[in-house]
Amino acid sequence: MPTVKKNEAAERRVISILVDNQSGVLARVSSLFNRRGFNIDSLTVSATNDPAISRITVTTHGDENALRQLLLQTDRLEVTRQIFELDQDNSLQRELLLLKVKADVHNRAELREIASIYKAKIIDLSPDSMVFELTGKPSKIDAFLLMFQDYNILELCRTGVTAIERGGMHQHMQKPKQEISEIDYPTYGPGGNR
Amino acid sequence: MMLTGSQIFVEVLAEQGVDTIFGYPGGAVLNLYDELYKNSDRIRHILTAHEQGAAHAADGYARATGRTGVVLATSGPGATNLVTGIATAFMDSVPMVAFTGNVATSLLGKDSFQEAYIEGVTMPITKHNYTVRRVEDLADTMRAAFRIAQSGRKGPVLVDIPKDVTANSCEFTPKAPEPVRTVTHYDEESVKQAAEMINAAKKPLVVFGGGVRGAAGCQPLRDLLAKAEIPATYTLMAAGVLAYGEPMNLGLLGMHGCYTANKAVDEADLLIAIGTRFSDRVALKPETFAHNAKRIQIDIDPSEMGKNVPVDLALVGDAAYILQAILPHIQPARHPDWIARIREWQSHDYKPVDSDTVLKPHQMIDEICRQVGPDAVYVTDVGQHQMWAAQYLHHVKSRGFITSGGLGTMGFGYGAAIGAQIGLGPDARVIMLTGDGSFHMNLNEGCTAVSYGLPIITVIFNNQVLGMVRQWQTAFYGKRYSNTDPGRRTDFAKVAEGFGAKGYHCETPAEFKAAFADALKQKGPSWIDCRIGKDEKVLPMIPGGGDINDIMME
Repeated sequence: MPTVKKNEAAERRVISILVDNQSGVLARVSSLFNRRGFNIDSLTVSATNDPAISRITVTTHGDENALRQLLLQTDRLEVTRQIFELDQDNSLQRELLLLKVKADVHNRAELREIASIYKAKIIDLSPDSMVFELTGKPSKIDAFLLMFQDYNILELCRTGVTAIERGGMHQHMQKPKQEISEIDYPTYGPGGNR
Repeated sequence: MMLTGSQIFVEVLAEQGVDTIFGYPGGAVLNLYDELYKNSDRIRHILTAHEQGAAHAADGYARATGRTGVVLATSGPGATNLVTGIATAFMDSVPMVAFTGNVATSLLGKDSFQEAYIEGVTMPITKHNYTVRRVEDLADTMRAAFRIAQSGRKGPVLVDIPKDVTANSCEFTPKAPEPVRTVTHYDEESVKQAAEMINAAKKPLVVFGGGVRGAAGCQPLRDLLAKAEIPATYTLMAAGVLAYGEPMNLGLLGMHGCYTANKAVDEADLLIAIGTRFSDRVALKPETFAHNAKRIQIDIDPSEMGKNVPVDLALVGDAAYILQAILPHIQPARHPDWIARIREWQSHDYKPVDSDTVLKPHQMIDEICRQVGPDAVYVTDVGQHQMWAAQYLHHVKSRGFITSGGLGTMGFGYGAAIGAQIGLGPDARVIMLTGDGSFHMNLNEGCTAVSYGLPIITVIFNNQVLGMVRQWQTAFYGKRYSNTDPGRRTDFAKVAEGFGAKGYHCETPAEFKAAFADALKQKGPSWIDCRIGKDEKVLPMIPGGGDINDIMME
């Protein structure tokens, strides 16, 4: 039984899944989430230092039971090598935002002001729009976006969270190990067979 | 040595100890079938009438023998026809490997003739599945498929093989088959804790399910029940693990389980669940299920722990190993008050009424048991007859009752009976119990039983209606019998004769007795059409979402 960490402060839970790097893996994982009715807020797939393994980072919300089922059901997939929840305090979470805002000569300066406070980059400027790039914790992105309530957002996209644990390697739940059975499977009942 | 994909296919099957497969040929698997033709002395291929029948046959073969069932079908419709059979095996954790042909790799994804993306279709109903795109990957993929199907919590695996992969050649190196693996480890502390809970219990109860059948934990289970005097009840998937008439055997649990078993769950102070997943047909109302009890769950699959009903102690591992580990910590005990209470409930259990003139399901089943003895293997379809079979058959052996539990697949029975008879050999006695509704779905396999001379006796509980649905319409839908009274006029005895089988028709107990006795003498298949009343019900019944307080006894 995996222990699900208590994160009272944060509703957002971040799950890291190490999977075989094969075609169809994302379909297997997302199909599982869909049919089991797990709530997924974001999902990213990325390469790792081992070419045979990809990392899927999922952010989700829900009660402890739902989260435990998500962990255990995903662990059951053949393609899953390891799955664990990231501790909010002991992990680094980052997300990339691209934001296109309607901008003209009158408000360019204010927008630049916001960007500089949040250390967002302006990566495109046209007579009627501006595009910002911001990398940071999801909460920072949320806060940055809050500043644009009174502006006209034309388009935005967020990559979803990617995350890694602080410090060296950590111990996590392992799949139950399967060994060659030593029990001579008993027969039972008249004519019973294996 | 250099071999073609088709030759590798046969070599790996042989290497894995497969001597029998079920299937149906077609364009995409012509190369494989050509190789099977040349190797018919090594691998016996059983041709069914429909791929669904082949899938159920592979499933029935696996359930009856404990070996992995193998089915082969062509691309497109051949593959999609397997789907119900694969899903049935998945829900009941039956080891099975399904092979499908597909169009050549150059035609994949182009809506080619008889192309279906079967890997995608079967993703949610297999333990794992593969498309083999290179002949070099074929042997190891097949080996992995067998390993996955038969290790841990068992289940079906599908391998899709495009036609060019079966034609191309590569170097092949034989390998010894991998032994079956299981979860032999367990947590010592939890084992001791479980033993303490059992030793402290005043009103303990064991609920076991299909996982015990798979783990072959029958003997340690019996030892536990005897040592600590613990009564036990079982789910549909585990009928026969504990023999009929054993004193600690309370009978079937759940929606159509007996009053005593359901009552015992309600009053127990300790529930030990072994290899069972608290499905909604057992824990109909999870909030009140075993609400007076501490709950221990033993299962090989960690994802089953507390999935449907919360548990106080979870032990992950093979039930056979865990029970053997718990046993030495168990103190011999007696629970006279608890047992007396259970015996008292048993005197109030539902008792069906006998008749000398009309056929009654429970009397028919008694008669069957009397005539065939304990060695028979019983296979059912799905519906009222299935529940009567579960309730009234004198189950005496593990793997002696083959039924679609989780998926509840009408039309499962005849294919499964064919698989069981093929797997157990011509001397085994396979009895198929079905209803007229279920049987109409897949009775086409009658031709298969005739072709292979299989002495399967089919008893049709013919009430001329779709009885189980009708029973619900009677109880919960104001007797509005929407589409459950089809007005069919099928003469099953004549249909049997049309297939080349022996047919009987009977309406009284005496006629049934004689017909069944005659059927036992037949070399080939026989069908006994038995007319029963359309208002026969399966009782007792706890409605969906209800508990022991809602039990219907009439």
